[in-house]
Amino acid sequence: MTTATTMKKSEAARRVRRALLFVLSLLLVAGVWEIYKTVGPEAGGKIFGWKLLPRSNNHAMPHVWDMLTRYNRPELRGSDRKIWSVVLAGAWFSFRLALVGFAIGSTLGLGLSILMARFKIAERGILPYLVVSQTVPLIALAPLVVSWGGKLHIAGWTWPRWMSAAVLGAFLAFFPVAVGALKGLTSAPSASLELMDSYAASWWQTLRKLRFPAAIPFIVPSLKLAASASVIGVVVAEISTGLKGGIGRLIIEYAREATSDPAKVFTAVFGAAVLGLAMSGFVTLADMYMMRNRPKEASA
Amino acid sequence: MSAVEITNISKAFNLGSSNQVDALTDINLSIASGEFVSLIGPSGCGKSTLLRLIANLIEPTSGNLVVKGKSAKQARLDQDYGMAFQQSGLFEWRTVAKNIELPLELKGWDKAKRHERALEMLELVKLSDFAHHYPWQLSGGMQQRVAIARALAVHPSLLLMDEPFGALDEMTREHMQSELLSICRASGTTVVFVTHSIPEAVYLSNRVVVMSPRPGRVTEIVDVSIEGERNDATRDNAAFFKGITAVREALRGVEMSDHVRGIEDR
Ligand SMILES: Nc1ncnc2c1ncn2[C@@H]1O[C@H](COP(=O)(O)OP(=O)(O)OP(=O)(O)O)[C@@H](O)[C@H]1O
Ligand SMILES: [Mg+2]
Repeated sequence: MTTATTMKKSEAARRVRRALLFVLSLLLVAGVWEIYKTVGPEAGGKIFGWKLLPRSNNHAMPHVWDMLTRYNRPELRGSDRKIWSVVLAGAWFSFRLALVGFAIGSTLGLGLSILMARFKIAERGILPYLVVSQTVPLIALAPLVVSWGGKLHIAGWTWPRWMSAAVLGAFLAFFPVAVGALKGLTSAPSASLELMDSYAASWWQTLRKLRFPAAIPFIVPSLKLAASASVIGVVVAEISTGLKGGIGRLIIEYAREATSDPAKVFTAVFGAAVLGLAMSGFVTLADMYMMRNRPKEASA
Repeated sequence: MSAVEITNISKAFNLGSSNQVDALTDINLSIASGEFVSLIGPSGCGKSTLLRLIANLIEPTSGNLVVKGKSAKQARLDQDYGMAFQQSGLFEWRTVAKNIELPLELKGWDKAKRHERALEMLELVKLSDFAHHYPWQLSGGMQQRVAIARALAVHPSLLLMDEPFGALDEMTREHMQSELLSICRASGTTVVFVTHSIPEAVYLSNRVVVMSPRPGRVTEIVDVSIEGERNDATRDNAAFFKGITAVREALRGVEMSDHVRGIEDR
């Protein structure tokens, strides 16, 4: 009982410490940024003849303070919509797309991993293509997906434009899940597999009761990768297909105003970063739930 | 009817390759229904291999194997036996009770009945307070007791046990031995039991099969004739000591012919 409470306490203390460290690291980055602005060359600089040092003027590197206060000013001159609400709405839009992409991608990845774990031939036949698929540049793929999707009409249902972005998110998300889950599904110790054999358990029963639970510790980290991959996929897809409403589109639009309003584009970039964080935070919660009854590492 | 009929069984691993291991050669053994038979012998003589053959987890290279009057495979498919392995092999994501319920789940038992049986089994191995703990919260010996409870949960008529008590302390071990005997006596269960301990083998068994390694074969079968019901008093019985001496003699023959270790003389 006492050990349990002390364990809980140290767990809480660890969380607080982690949160503090996170804030501290943000402050540190902001500090380094500002220091560079005061000591770095205004027009950029060269090291050994290479142009390596970024320009530190207010156009290229706005003050941290300017970026933060920019959130509370209107998006456009004369409009009464504050930019934070625009960025927030954009992030929310992209978040939902990323979530759809994540769901499709991880389902597909899991399905493929089960297929590969079931049939050795499938593993040999599929795995190389999965690896190759990830070398196809997303920007090249985006217009193709849009045009394929545009041709789809199934029983009165037409492909919505945002679906293309979600599919591209799924395209990046499925890969880590497929590979991680395959590793997990084949990780069950042979003694446990023999036990299931001795019960004359079918392959599906063995999958459900042994292979899949044994794979969870491998699947969870791959889901985290998939979560951030789906955000990247969606943002890049928004940019390259010109989809309106999301954070990717905002980044492009605001970047055009970089000379007149340099702080503006950073508000959208941070929005995308927060989006990625939210997405992996979401998976971390799922992780904590699924691993709640597993042995904790002694060091934790 | 005999529970297990082993005729001219041989098993070679990696057959035909340069690292071929002749684990067992020409084993003949007939185990009667309700009989308790122990396999004893130095490490690597093929005790686990023989047990896994009976369980149809591996196929023999040659020979014939009949379990419960059918092929070993059919017996496995019919779940005619319960098995406890050398390692406890509990699933870390299941509670102790759920681990015991696993074979019942696979047999399609309903939830309430399953749980009831699991609690019954936990009582038997004296772990009732730990039903809702996870295996990693238990000591190694406690985990092994859960594994034994799991093997007994289906009330199998044939029980295959591979050094199940190896991880237990002496007191628990003797308690479990007595429990096992009374369960088998009450239900008429046939047991094939692998052990490294001579007294354990003698205390439990009707017959002790002494094996020798390289290649694994049966060198002697010692009949243990202890009158009446076995209980703690049996351990002071002259027949008990006679059995121990006989098994030790048989093993000494094995040890003389080959420098092998691994037999506990306790
Ligand atoms: N899967 C396998 N592949 C190759 N060789 C094996 C395999 N399983 C067992 N062997 C070999 O077969 C022989 C018998 O092994 P087995 O596990 O049956 O011994 P054992 O009598 O149970 O030993 P112990 O008392 O140490 O448990 C050993 O030489 C072992 O190396
Ligand atoms: Mg063994």
